[in-house]
Amino acid sequence: MTKAVAVDPADWVDRYGDYLFRYAMLRLRDRSASEDLVQETFLAALKNRDSFSGGSSEATWLIGILKHKIADHFRRQSREVSLPGGDLPDPSGDDPFDAAGRWSNGPADWGGNPADLFRQKEFVQQMAKCLSGLPPNQANAFTLREIEGADTKEICKVLNVTETNLWVILHRARMFLRRCLESSWFDRTGRKGS
Amino acid sequence: MLACRDVAELISRSMDTSIPIGKWIGVRVHLLMCKFCARYERQLLLVRETLRRLVAEEHRHEGPAGETLSEVERERIKKSLRNP
Repeated sequence: MTKAVAVDPADWVDRYGDYLFRYAMLRLRDRSASEDLVQETFLAALKNRDSFSGGSSEATWLIGILKHKIADHFRRQSREVSLPGGDLPDPSGDDPFDAAGRWSNGPADWGGNPADLFRQKEFVQQMAKCLSGLPPNQANAFTLREIEGADTKEICKVLNVTETNLWVILHRARMFLRRCLESSWFDRTGRKGS
Repeated sequence: MLACRDVAELISRSMDTSIPIGKWIGVRVHLLMCKFCARYERQLLLVRETLRRLVAEEHRHEGPAGETLSEVERERIKKSLRNP
């Protein structure tokens, strides 16, 4: 069954452009890189139109292509970063633990009903802002793990790090992001408790 | 006895892989007694859960609207598709 042959590919841009763009933005946090990948996705789709089976929706098919482009982008970035992320000094600088390894600056009570977090549009923006405060390898590792839901072996391949290294990278990313969210989001909304 | 510094690291690791049972028990016992570490774990899991829900919404095209392609960019991409 040949499907959608008559469709003008430029229609794709109106139909799926923003969807793909948002998808890329959430993962790359970079406007021009996201625009480039959306364009590359459409061009690749045009070239491989015949391979679209119609078994999945067009949107799913396009997202599948975009996902590959995003992984390639991360791969390129990890080659450009000269230091493996796990060996980088902790970017957050001030250590939250004292000499004995106890919290000197413990997590605050986020209070309220934090389960509502995801309803708040600003949360995404805040998350993106905090992610861009991380070195690229840490931000990319976190994105692949927590947004893409990739397993650690896959991520190691994309970022070219060992599994032990990745655990350190993710630990640092989470530590930093939690604190960043707390100081920028929960403080601002006055939800911080005792 | 595990220090908070070690527990924080193990909490993160246990979100990515299974940790040895001895360590796991050490972490659970510590969490019973340490409100900061317990909070730390709750908050990391909350962030994970929140992102999962956002991604699920996104797939249903219900994600928070906002970022869109600029008109200029949209036209540029259309043009490139017409003359690949």
